[in-house]
Parts: sequence; C-alpha cells; structure tokens
Amino acid sequence: MKCIKTEKGGFQMKRVILICALITFFGLSFVHAKSMRLVIQGSTTVLPIAQKCAEVFMQKHPQADISVRGGGSGTGIAGLIDGICDIANSSRSMKKKEIIKAKEKGVNPEPHVIAMDGIAVIVHPSNPINGLTLAQLKDIYTGKISNWSELGGRNQKIVVISRDVASGTFECFHKLVLKKQRVRPDALLQASNASVASTIKRTKGAIGYVGLGYLSSEVKALKIEGVAPSEETVLKGTYPISRPLFMYTNGKPKGLAKDFIDFVLSKEGQRIVKEQGFVPLK
Amino acid sequence: MKRAQKENLIKGFFCLFALLSIFFLLGIVIVLFKEGLPIFKVTTFKEFLFGRFWYPTYEPPDFGILPLLLGSLWVTFGALIVAVPLGVAGAFYISEVASPKKKEFIKPVIELLAGIPSVVYGFFGMVVVAPLVAKIFRLPVGLNAFTASLILGIMAIPTITSISEDAISAVPKRFKEASYALGANKWETITKVTLPAAAGGISTAIILGMARVIGETMTVLMVAGGAPIIPHSFFEPLRTMTATIAAEMGETVVGSLHFHALFAIAIVLFVITLSFNILADLLTQRFRKRLG
Repeated sequence: MKCIKTEKGGFQMKRVILICALITFFGLSFVHAKSMRLVIQGSTTVLPIAQKCAEVFMQKHPQADISVRGGGSGTGIAGLIDGICDIANSSRSMKKKEIIKAKEKGVNPEPHVIAMDGIAVIVHPSNPINGLTLAQLKDIYTGKISNWSELGGRNQKIVVISRDVASGTFECFHKLVLKKQRVRPDALLQASNASVASTIKRTKGAIGYVGLGYLSSEVKALKIEGVAPSEETVLKGTYPISRPLFMYTNGKPKGLAKDFIDFVLSKEGQRIVKEQGFVPLK
Repeated sequence: MKRAQKENLIKGFFCLFALLSIFFLLGIVIVLFKEGLPIFKVTTFKEFLFGRFWYPTYEPPDFGILPLLLGSLWVTFGALIVAVPLGVAGAFYISEVASPKKKEFIKPVIELLAGIPSVVYGFFGMVVVAPLVAKIFRLPVGLNAFTASLILGIMAIPTITSISEDAISAVPKRFKEASYALGANKWETITKVTLPAAAGGISTAIILGMARVIGETMTVLMVAGGAPIIPHSFFEPLRTMTATIAAEMGETVVGSLHFHALFAIAIVLFVITLSFNILADLLTQRFRKRLG
C-alpha cells in the first residue's frame, strides 16, 4: 500500500512539473508573440489590401502576428486614438475634430498614402454615349434623368445599377458623385464589383460603377468631365472619381508597423494593391 | 448492473446531442433579440415595420422595412403561383397515376432538385433566365420579381411535391375503393375523394414551401434586382429581407444602428417562418384527427 502511495505521489509531482513547464512555455510564447503583434483596423475599402498584404507578410515573417479588422474608416481612426490598434486604415484623410482629439490624447497621427482608389462609370458597349459630367451622373443616380435621350443618346430607359450601401465602392461614389444625396430607390442593387460588370454586359440601357480593376472590353468606361479613367489619370489626380487610401500610424512607424508599411509600399505590396483592384502608386 | 449503467450512459450521451440543437436554437434566438432590439431605441416599431424608405447609411438614416417586407411576400406569392400547381399535380401523378417503375424514377429526380445549391439557381437565373425574360417581355432588364418568382417556384417544387405525395399516399385505400365501387372514374376519385382527404397534408406542404421561399437568400439576391421599392408589378426589381441582410451585413460596422436594424429584420423574418411552421404543424394535427 505504502509503495503504491509514493508512486502515486511521484506521478503527481511529475504532473505538477509538467503543468508548470507548460504554463511557463505558453506564458513566454505569449509575451514573445505580444512583442511581434500588430493590430490593423479601419476602412472596408482598404481591408482587402491590408488582409492580403498581412497574409503574404506573415508567410515571410512567421514570428509576426498581424490581425486585420474592418469596421470603417471612423472606427479605425478612433481605434488609433484610443490605442486599440497600431495602424488605422482609412479611405479619407482625418477630420479636424479627429486630429484635435488625437492631440489631446497625446497621439500624433501620421498619414501614409498606400494606394489610389478610382471608380469607373461603365455602360453597355453598344451605348453611343462616351462621356458624362459629374452633374449629369449625379442626376442619373438621384433620379432627375431617367432616359438616355435626355443626354443625347438613344430613346431608352436608363437602368441604374448601384452597390450595397455598406460597401467601400458605394461609399466613395456616394461622397464624390452623389455628394451624399440619396440614390433613387428603384436603382438595382448588386453585391459585388464583378456582378455589376456582368449585369452591365448583358443589359443595353444600364449604367453602373466599378473599381478600375474590373474594367474589360465587354463594358464601356465613360469619360467623366472629359477624362477617361486609367491608372495614369487617377495617379495624376485629373480623373474626378478617385481618392487616396491611407494607413495612419501614431508618430513615425517603428518596428513591425514600419516593416509592414514598407512592405505595402514595396514592389510586391503594390502588386497586391493592383491585384485587389486598386491603383498602385508606382 | 454494469450493463444498465452503460445503457444509461449512452442514453445520456444521445440526450445531450438532442438537447444541444435546442440549446443552439435558444442561443440564436437570444442573440437575435439582443442585437435586434436596440434599434427600437431610435425608431418605433411602427416606423420600422411600415416605413417606406430603407436608407440605413445616410445622415439621417431611414429604417423602414415595408418595401423589403412586401418584396419578400411578393416573390413568395409569385413563387407559389408557379410551385403549387406544378408541385401538387406532380405529387398526384407520382402517387396515383404513375406506374411503380416511373414513380421510382421521377420521385428521386424531383428530390434531386432540392439538392442543387441556391447559388447555382441564382447563377442560372442571372445568366440564362433573366436575359430571356427581358427579351420576351421587352424589358430593359430581366432582373425582376417575375424572374425571381419563377426560379424560387422551381426551388419550392421538391418540398411541395414530396410532402404532398406523403399526404396523398396516407389517404386510406378504403376511401378510394369506396369511390370506385360507386362507379366514379379515376379523375373523379382524385378530385372528389383523395384531394379533400389529403387537403390538410397538402396545405402543410404548401406552407413549408412558403417557408422555404421566404427564407431563400442567395437566389433572390442575384436575380430579383435588389431595388428597395414597394412592388407594384411583377416586372419591377425588388429587394427581399433576406437579400438585404446578406448584402449589407458583411461590411456594416458591428454595433452600429445599421447593424442592429439588420438584426431586427432577422427577427421579423424569424417570426414569419416560425408562424409558418406552427401553422403547418397545426394543420397536420387537424388532418390526422380527421382521418383517424
């Protein structure tokens, strides 16, 4: 009996040691991981770029642990000010109010332009219209113009195609073209760039808008204010429906944050930008 | 003793799994109400249900789901026009007319329709049916309530056929024999004896088909056009409650009013499908009593 007891005691002892070792091991790895952790939050427009870049970056640097979240530009900037995230993605520059709030909390936001976002307005290839002004485009989408003949085209009803209101593409269009006015309620909704393009391809009287990456010979991109959408005109800033995309950091980026932003701006990072349908900087 | 213990253990184990699904359902319901109810702090129940405009991301936002609610009911109604005659007639054919050999072939084929993923139906509708509808009816675009109803109707056929068929074959043989004995022919027997006797079960089938259609998401998102307007005809685009949730939930800010509004739509949808299911259950019970 006694013999068994001691043996049991020994077994328990081993167990305690094992558990202690495990705890120390996980504790250490946690501390270790924490030093290499990067939290990115913000704009859903920038999200696909950040996500894909993070994936590739983590493959190259297995010790880095990057978590990328959406939530919208406002959420990202608020997160940066509150110290919840290290990098805030934003599809707009920071508002004055946000900068004041950041300064009050001792945060010094530093913008990094990582890509350009351009939105092309597309119609069926058979449509004789070649260009529109921003005002005409706005009238089409708010419902003031509903026949192509009013714009010098065929006598045909305009089939207006829009995006789901939560998407980044809609947000950009909403700000730069609609000036925050309401889209006509009978506009058709498609849930992705690809489905907008494929609907336009099959619908003669349709008009829609997609990211530059979704242009093809099967749809016709319109000139806006006389400027055709292309990487060049977006980069020069002459194409009116375009905007820079930002990543904000607190002060000059250091450590992992710096490495990551450098990666996004590198040749490889910019190739990802292009793959995701945005305009690379170089 | 030991064996009984084992038995109890296994019983408990299976009981746990049975309870688990109830537990999950409860969890879903709790989350639904927890995330959906906060919207009623900024809008009233009446404004939400009967508001005519859905502009959830604008300043100030409008959270009126009447167009979405009517959109869902409208395509459901349209789908039933397609699915009920085809589904019920198919069930009668399989159960009363077809030879056993044909029955063995047709029944699994119809049930196979239920196995096609809804995104495939949606794609088929977008690429094949919608352009055809636009051409035939000379419409500018084929993504509308008509196309959606047509495809949803086809999707509801397997549900309606297989449950109706069960109800029809459950009609006691002696009813039909009595009818034949009185000199009625096959058509008279089907319409005047079997149909009324199976009516309860067929109604159940139709209601479950409705529940299937109103909950369908991917197909309507792809085919119905998605304009949040109150429908006036079958040739206008419309948006259903399910399509709205699917299109907007992915990118909305978690915890925002828009987010809560989408959950509130889910509550409305849940209440509708729940009442359909309860109704179907009640009908089945009544039907059983009548035959019993």
